[in-house]
Amino acid sequence: MATRSRNLPAILAGSIGLAGLATVMAGALVALTLTAVATPGGGSWDDYLWRVVRFTLWQAVLSTVLSVGLAIPVARAIARRRVFPGRGPLLRLFALPLALPALVVVLGIVDVWGRHGWAAKGLALLVDDGSMPNIYGLTGILLAHVFFNLPLAARLMIMHLERIPGENWRLASQLGMGAGAIFRFIEWPALRAGLPGIAGLVFMLCIASFTVVLTLGGGPAATTIEVAIYQALRFDFDPGRAVILALVQLGMTAVLIALGMRLTMPAVTTPSLNRPILRPDCAKLAGRVGDGMVIALAALFIVLPLIALTVSATAAPMGKLLGEAIVWQAILTSLAIGATAAVLCITLAWSLLIAAHAAKRMPGTSWWKAGFIMACGSGGSLILVMPPIFLGAGWFVLLHGLGEGFALAPAVVVTINGLMALPYTLRILGPAHASAAADHDRLCDSLGISGWNRWRLADWPVLRPAFGLAFAFAMALSLGDLGAVALFGSEDLTTLPLLILQRMGSYRTADAAGLAFMLAIFCLILIIGAERATAKTDNGR
Amino acid sequence: MTNPAIKLSDVSFDYEDMAMRFDLAVAPGDFLAIIGPSGSGKTTLLNLIAGFETPAGGHIELDGLDVTALPPGMRPVTMLFQDHNLFAHLDVKTNVGLGISPALKLTAADHERIASALNRVGLTGFERRLPGQLSGGERQRVALARALVRDKPVLLLDEPFAALGPALRREMLDLVAEIHRERAMTVLIVTHQPEDARHAATRTAFVNRGRVLAMDETEALFTTANIPELAGYLIG
Repeated sequence: MATRSRNLPAILAGSIGLAGLATVMAGALVALTLTAVATPGGGSWDDYLWRVVRFTLWQAVLSTVLSVGLAIPVARAIARRRVFPGRGPLLRLFALPLALPALVVVLGIVDVWGRHGWAAKGLALLVDDGSMPNIYGLTGILLAHVFFNLPLAARLMIMHLERIPGENWRLASQLGMGAGAIFRFIEWPALRAGLPGIAGLVFMLCIASFTVVLTLGGGPAATTIEVAIYQALRFDFDPGRAVILALVQLGMTAVLIALGMRLTMPAVTTPSLNRPILRPDCAKLAGRVGDGMVIALAALFIVLPLIALTVSATAAPMGKLLGEAIVWQAILTSLAIGATAAVLCITLAWSLLIAAHAAKRMPGTSWWKAGFIMACGSGGSLILVMPPIFLGAGWFVLLHGLGEGFALAPAVVVTINGLMALPYTLRILGPAHASAAADHDRLCDSLGISGWNRWRLADWPVLRPAFGLAFAFAMALSLGDLGAVALFGSEDLTTLPLLILQRMGSYRTADAAGLAFMLAIFCLILIIGAERATAKTDNGR
Repeated sequence: MTNPAIKLSDVSFDYEDMAMRFDLAVAPGDFLAIIGPSGSGKTTLLNLIAGFETPAGGHIELDGLDVTALPPGMRPVTMLFQDHNLFAHLDVKTNVGLGISPALKLTAADHERIASALNRVGLTGFERRLPGQLSGGERQRVALARALVRDKPVLLLDEPFAALGPALRREMLDLVAEIHRERAMTVLIVTHQPEDARHAATRTAFVNRGRVLAMDETEALFTTANIPELAGYLIG
């Protein structure tokens, strides 16, 4: 009986969390379905919808093929060169694109690859009538998606390549394998094991890409479902069409996730003795030059837009911007929304984790217990099926139907941003919670430490770095989000990304660059600060 | 007088803070066990011979030929590790076949050689199995079959059977000893078990702190050696 009463608060917390999740998702789903039913003919299936769906899939396929295909030589070159000056910073650089808000990256990419960008200027020096292809449309979308996903895919691939046991390399050198045989018998099998998962992840990210398509996509020819939903709600005032699109999106992500589960089979891994690596294929000069060029090109591709953004930020009228009331309001709104969303996200994640754990520790087995554990475990991933724009569209329709309009907008934006970060937060907090529970459960039970005391004395000191990191990621994600706030934003609710978008729309590019730079700095401070803090506690142990 | 199959002259190698220095001569057809405490340089000695480590100084000769500067694939040597001797994603036959051609270009005669090598180690019928479906002993048999098709005069074994039980270990040692006789190979085996040396090796070398302190007929080394380090290693 003692166990039951001790586990009850955790289970209660998890139930509240689940109820909240269910309300948000069911609210969106019900509102969309009711509207779809109640809109006579408004949301019919026409050519436009077909085009949008086709383009969504097509750009995602192309982005995935390009990102993953180009990542293979890059990952191989980096994995082949275990030691070269700048390897550490290069891998750090590869982690950067995902930490930066999409809007910031888009500005940098336009600076480099746009009609009057650096690449065009460089080309003009070489060729007389050299001109860059128009960046707005599929070209720009692909560039931005490759910028985000090539480093991500390469990092995951390097992980797979570095997991190859050292004995395989010794064997390869003893058998006299050349670079071709090594790729065929060692590298490619190691990559192939991870490829479906990596490609699936990149594909999902590109399907759900909103900011890139909104800013670089051009008109109906280059619009994805998410952007079409936004346009239907905010510009065409056609909720019927938005509803159809949102439901198509829901069906598509559901199918993809079902497929993805089948695609990503866990690879068989054999633990390896820790020995220094001796690769037979690294000594040749041709290979060294080739690897060097591949690495240099990849590094340039990633670093140029970031430098370009910094350069245009130095030309931005920072003083003027900081004198504008609207800028300060946007900064404060962004920080407030980000911090609140992060707290909401962490609270929700933690309540789900402890509830599932407490339920597991309850004596006996029953179907509701198993169901509860499963709901807590998978609740956090539901946001992948119902992406932010879907939830946003649902609540937009619901609140407008109730005549509430924008009164509840901040709460909705905070909620959606918080849910959006939930899968990431769970991935950070989940293992930390599991290891703390494994370390402390029996000890605390035997000493009779429970509740607040256990949290204060045993769990929190160990978990603090994980919480810090989770908070930083959730807040950075929310700071950079444009999806929810694009739907619900107004004169009363303007965040930094929304302000940047407005300045871009009115061709005040210098303003946009300056604001984007500020936004990037906020996100970088959060991420780097949290990682520093985590590294420090790890060293201290 | 024939050349020694393996000859290390004044081979130096710095491992962390230990300066190793090896002098060793092994006659063709010898079966030499190498014993010694953990971290004394037994594996490094094999790695130097196989070419996985480069000496700081000195010369390594195999059958009278200076191989000090040759890469591992060019040396007339096959080495078996304790683990990961096979590519986990390739079946038994392919793993053996890679010993003939690293690009897997195999002729009909090669396929026959693979079949007879597998037959020799008692794994006929295992061609299409993956390493994950084999026991630890069977995996090492596959590695031995590959050593057979490679047909190099020197076979180096780095604690290859350490993960196996006593009976199975003896069985595997017997198999190695039979192959040793049939092919007239020179075999070096690193082991932690003095009884392994007694069971199979004609001669035994004792390595301590990066040096070969003693080498003799196996029984002679264990019974008559009056080396304090060896006594300390054997008795504690």
